Amino acid sequence: MTHMPRPGAIAAAPDHSPDAAPDRHAGIYRYDDLDREFVFQRVAQFREQVRRRLSGALTEDEFKPLRLMNGVYLQLHAYMLRVAIPYGMLGTTQLRRLAEIGRRWDRGYGHFTTRQNIQFNWPALVDVPDMLHALAEVDMHAIQTSGNCIRNVTTDHFCGAAADEIVDPRVHAEILRQWSTLHPEFSFLPRKFKIAISGTPQDRAAVRTHDIGLIATRDAAGAVGFTVYVGGGQGRSPFLAVKAREFVPEADLLAYLEAVLRVYNQYGRRDNIYKARIKILVHELGAEAFLRRVEEEFARLPRGAHALDPALVEAIRAHFAPPPLERLPERSPAFDLARARNAAFARWTRSNLHPHRQPGHAIATVSLKPVGGIPGDITSDQMEALADLADRFSFGEVRVSHEQNLVLAHVRKDELYALWQGLEAIGLGTANAGLVSDIIACPGLDYCALANTRSIPIAQAIATRFADLDRQHAIGELRIKISGCINACGHHHVGHIGILGVDKKGEEFYQLLLGGDPGPQAELAEITGPGFDAAGIVDAVETVVRTYLDLRGEGERFIDTLRRLGHAPFKEALHGAA
Amino acid sequence: MLVKAKGDLQAVSASRLRDGVAVWLSAGHRWMEDVADAGAFTGAALQQALAVAQADSAAGLVVDVYPLDVAVADGRTRPLHVRERMKARGPSVRPDLGKQAVTPAISRAPERAA
Ligand code: HEM
Ligand code: SF4
Repeated sequence: MTHMPRPGAIAAAPDHSPDAAPDRHAGIYRYDDLDREFVFQRVAQFREQVRRRLSGALTEDEFKPLRLMNGVYLQLHAYMLRVAIPYGMLGTTQLRRLAEIGRRWDRGYGHFTTRQNIQFNWPALVDVPDMLHALAEVDMHAIQTSGNCIRNVTTDHFCGAAADEIVDPRVHAEILRQWSTLHPEFSFLPRKFKIAISGTPQDRAAVRTHDIGLIATRDAAGAVGFTVYVGGGQGRSPFLAVKAREFVPEADLLAYLEAVLRVYNQYGRRDNIYKARIKILVHELGAEAFLRRVEEEFARLPRGAHALDPALVEAIRAHFAPPPLERLPERSPAFDLARARNAAFARWTRSNLHPHRQPGHAIATVSLKPVGGIPGDITSDQMEALADLADRFSFGEVRVSHEQNLVLAHVRKDELYALWQGLEAIGLGTANAGLVSDIIACPGLDYCALANTRSIPIAQAIATRFADLDRQHAIGELRIKISGCINACGHHHVGHIGILGVDKKGEEFYQLLLGGDPGPQAELAEITGPGFDAAGIVDAVETVVRTYLDLRGEGERFIDTLRRLGHAPFKEALHGAA
Repeated sequence: MLVKAKGDLQAVSASRLRDGVAVWLSAGHRWMEDVADAGAFTGAALQQALAVAQADSAAGLVVDVYPLDVAVADGRTRPLHVRERMKARGPSVRPDLGKQAVTPAISRAPERAA
């Protein structure tokens, strides 16, 4: 257990040295001694807190906020530990450690979430300090995965690789992480606070559904800055964030966000948990009045003291230096040949690849949505096998997407066929990224203590109904998102098709929503009409898909057809003419 | 507790502090891992069971104590609400995990010191 190599650690065995580690080029932030010491101290603190709780020295009321600050929830069947994966980036040393933790203290698997984290569903409270210690050994922790603080900053899972990227958002995500971690002014906010950053206008991070959403951009002179959105969120009252500023220069990023957070801290409601998020404040004050206060606060802040030092930005950027990609021709004859020979591989390349900025390379999405499987779940064995593949094909790096899939970001086209064969061998080669069976689903009543209904079995039933991959490819891009209650962890408000579980006299019932979009053309979905039971909701999805296929124009995606024709034809097919 | 108990017959549930496992108070006021063994209380007996459970919560044996609606058939107690049925059985999508996968191990239930 304790002899695993860790990035930056000095180990005796030569093959364990950081220079030889297969994940030495993974695009993660490397801890320094100070970071490491802080995390270990925090584990020791929590160990003591658990001891005092078990000895009776702390009551549950005293202990609950402490455990939540360390990612420990009490769920329906057991505790749950939520581990932070900063902006979704993992080295394979870390992934292997997650596999070990799952095997030793959990039930041999983990669940990747829409906030790019991983959750273990079965830890005993007494074991959590050991789990946190094992995480700390690979520079991981569960801090700020819960509680009324600034949570794990999320970003585009294709960052640092996508051809359409303007700025690598990891640099600023990391700056925000360091700024917000234990920031005394922002550790007791009215409610939790979620920030997302996209490095491209092709927003893949759903920024407008966050408390603060940032889109990196450059001004006419080429200087880096951000379009800032404020006040988005899902949950029981969904809002898309409003644009606060078209351009905040990089140097002013922290000052501007500090101003937003101060206004929230001062005026946000603390009397009613359902009205405490910043979205409610923006809505109740009105965007204009809210933004005026932000601008006043921003004007008051001593800018010099808050300016981001370019040297610091450069130092952090160095952590995210691109891996040593080879210079290759764009076309790969080996890739073309494999595609021509193997239809299943060709199909996977159509749905699961994204253009890389470096010629001859591609970004590969590893689907965690095998037909009939549990969205986001992965076994310890699969984690280890995937770590081996990532070492071989993608510089020892794995990313978690908010769509609950994994991403190998830097694969040579020549090697894609070998990668896909490796993925197929471990059940992770499903060719469905972005298609009807690539469903986001929250844990729902199978695990969650807050749930009204199950989500996972609905996802499984829909995926099984559309099991035929050729049919899925013919249907094209269609994003289904399912939540087991109004907290909306499953993003149903921004599903092309959203499904929300509700309680109907003690039994499970499901509402169907249409027309949501996480971005870049963000839109909230609307309820179509009366809900359905578990069997009925699967038929309803089928009805919506058939209606689309009847009505779609040439090359038109589901969401485009819906935008062109409105909801009426779909409502009519579902519920009959009004 | 998410679902208000309002029926005539109620059981008392909680989660064990050490490991979070769901437990129910038996008619004899022992914590059981199988809901079938839960006491179905009413009136003063329900108030008494809740008081015992609260005391065990204060003593650090269990957390999150609440009453739930149940029915009894063939001597087995059954929760009425879907949430409580799920809590009693384990994840429906992983029949290999949770209570549905193990024989209830009464010996592992928390016991009062006295
Ligand atoms: C299983 C334990 C979980 C609990 C107790 C929980 C609790 C909550 C609650 C209470 C809210 C509403 C907060 C509000 O509106 O202020 C919420 C929202 C949310 N949760 Fe969870 N959640 C859980 C799991 C998850 C999982 C597994 C994911 C990812 C798949 C997730 C992602 C989110 C997201 C994206 C939102 C919406 C964010 C927003 O309103 O801005 N949660 N959660
Ligand atoms: S949406 Fe509701 S049911 Fe689903 S994980 Fe969130 S709180 Fe639980």
